[in-house]
Amino acid sequence: MATALETVRDYAGGGEYKYGFTTDVGEDRAAVGLDESTVRFISNKKDEPTWLTEWRLDALRRWQGMVEPDWQKPQYPTIDYQAISYFSAPKSPDDRPKSLDEIDPEIRKTYEKLGIPIKEQELLAGIAVDYVFDSVSVATTFKKKLNELGIIFCSVSEAVKDHPDLIKKYLGSVVPQGDNFFAALNAAVFSDGSFVYVPPGVRCPMELSTYFRINAAGTGQFERTLIVADKGAYVSYLEGCTAPMRDENQLHAAVVELIALDDAEIKYSTVQNWYPGDRNGKGGIYNFVTKRGACRGKNSKISWTQVETGSAITWKYPSCILQGDNSQGEFYSVAVTNNHQQADTGTKMVHIGKNTRSRIVAKTISAGRSDSTYRGLVKMLKSAEGARNYTQCDSMLIGDRCGAHTVPYIEVRNRSSQCEHEATTSKISDDQLFYCRSRGVPEEDAVALIVNGFCREVMEELPMEFAVEARKLLGVSLEGSVG
Amino acid sequence: MLKIENLKAGVEGKEILKGLNLQVKPGQVHAIMGPNGSGKSTLAYVLAGRDGYEVSGGSVTFDGHDVTEMSPEERAAAGIFLAMQYPVEIPGVANSYFLRQALNAIKKARGEPEVSAAAFMKLLREKAAVVGVREDLLKRDVNFGFSGGEKKRNEILQLAVLEPKLAILDETDSGLDIDALRTVAEGVNRLRSPERSFIVITHYQRLLDYIVPDVVHIQAHGQIQRSGGKELAGELEEKGYDAMIGAVAA
Repeated sequence: MATALETVRDYAGGGEYKYGFTTDVGEDRAAVGLDESTVRFISNKKDEPTWLTEWRLDALRRWQGMVEPDWQKPQYPTIDYQAISYFSAPKSPDDRPKSLDEIDPEIRKTYEKLGIPIKEQELLAGIAVDYVFDSVSVATTFKKKLNELGIIFCSVSEAVKDHPDLIKKYLGSVVPQGDNFFAALNAAVFSDGSFVYVPPGVRCPMELSTYFRINAAGTGQFERTLIVADKGAYVSYLEGCTAPMRDENQLHAAVVELIALDDAEIKYSTVQNWYPGDRNGKGGIYNFVTKRGACRGKNSKISWTQVETGSAITWKYPSCILQGDNSQGEFYSVAVTNNHQQADTGTKMVHIGKNTRSRIVAKTISAGRSDSTYRGLVKMLKSAEGARNYTQCDSMLIGDRCGAHTVPYIEVRNRSSQCEHEATTSKISDDQLFYCRSRGVPEEDAVALIVNGFCREVMEELPMEFAVEARKLLGVSLEGSVG
Repeated sequence: MLKIENLKAGVEGKEILKGLNLQVKPGQVHAIMGPNGSGKSTLAYVLAGRDGYEVSGGSVTFDGHDVTEMSPEERAAAGIFLAMQYPVEIPGVANSYFLRQALNAIKKARGEPEVSAAAFMKLLREKAAVVGVREDLLKRDVNFGFSGGEKKRNEILQLAVLEPKLAILDETDSGLDIDALRTVAEGVNRLRSPERSFIVITHYQRLLDYIVPDVVHIQAHGQIQRSGGKELAGELEEKGYDAMIGAVAA
């Protein structure tokens, strides 16, 4: 009979990554290395207008003058940015498929292995799926229905051609080219991503969803997503990812910008399951992402919900700039690390407008030899009279070789604001495990059950279909416990 | 149904059960009484298969199978249930959800079809009525913020839903006032059947006024010292453990 301690050690062993496979698809990629010619190659390949090429080159020049940050907790070997290929696309990107039948069968198989067959996705309660495969969208569904409402949901590349005014107005308006090292890199070489625009007063009737996937060895992934909710509009957006098994580390530096005007609301949900590396810490994705939302209008609201189970390193802080009076920002997060994974994640809530409110609920689960940090900033400017924040950080440890850290930064510059911060740390107890098992629930399921209970407040924020997937994912991420 | 022969077991190398013998037939209710430190709870944990409780000798046969190498979940599937002295809280997990997961895990292990959410809720409401559990308790998180009485009643509800062949009640009476004790005992009595056996572990005779046993055992020093009918409990109450166990030793 395994002792409790052995059980705990088994978590350290972790499970094999279930989605580790690669797809054999011909690709079209940029030469290795990054300079002006690389940026021009990408821009040319995508047939972009001159202003965008210049915008990218401006970003490149800023990036070249920047130093990679080193204040984060996760440690990783130096990245050679000249050894990375900065663009890859499926064969014949000019010849885009007209229907799902025209999609490369290999790609379709990949999605089926992930348990998201396209047919089913279409049928799923009104989800429009914009598949991103190796950086270029290959299928967009439900477009017609959205068109009727004036909602634009397409790839950024398409939007550059079809809606240049919107792109010019909003691209880089929340995360400027020179914002930080990785955002600048992204601005210079971003491949593609999703663009959403919801016109005034329109409530998007379905969840918009994109599945991201890294597929080519040695290829960085540089997605760029831009979502604009005009006055009184509402949209809920889902982002989910899995990645195939690879030995070398892959860099993922995405940028997501959200803009909510007066009385608008954006709900952005992520389930992140990039390849975390094997149980010895070999391989895995470096996920260095800049996500930021601007509540520009009065009474606007932006809500981030994330379930982070993948990547060797997760380094991201989905943030809200609460500019409009009475605007609201929310951040709900579950971060699971196992084996040798490292996560440094949290949020920034910057209160500028009057009576702005923010709510942060962060749940961290560490197992194996992993290390997880919650890092969050709550900043209340002088103008943010009557602002309020509530922050709750809960950490759960599985085993005795993992780490959990909570690093809150609170800056308040006026007397009428209120900040609350609560933090707890707990362990899955032997008592809880035995209790579940004595009722017939096998050990792995018991762990998943207890962890899901711990995360319930966050899981409840996810859209229904996504929540089911995410619950399964939490179980899968902590599998491999019964020896 | 249950046959324990010369069972030796302990924790961290310390032997607590020193050659214990016990035989329980289908439909029987056995009470095990004994002073603190006599190994009553150890026996309960060993029967349920808790990690860290090592069997060093003897055998435990349940329905003709040796269970000593089985995991707790395998024993649950085989029909062994332990109502715990200190039921554990599981925050964020609804009581009804937990019970359905448990029932379906057991059904799955037995190769039986699982129960749908709707069918389960119907079943759960029926069982809750049988053991006197209020409906709001079903929606709350498992044992989280429950009173002592609610926790114990919840254990009996689990017993009712999972329908084990052998239920072990480990000091179910501890921490209960007389009204709560009566409710719990009534619940247990309604679950008695010719196929289901009970081992009722208790300190005091009081519980046995409500759950009337077929056999009473007195356990001390890791062994059953004396066995008899329900009158043995009364005798024990009157004379005290020292006299009874001392009498055995002499």
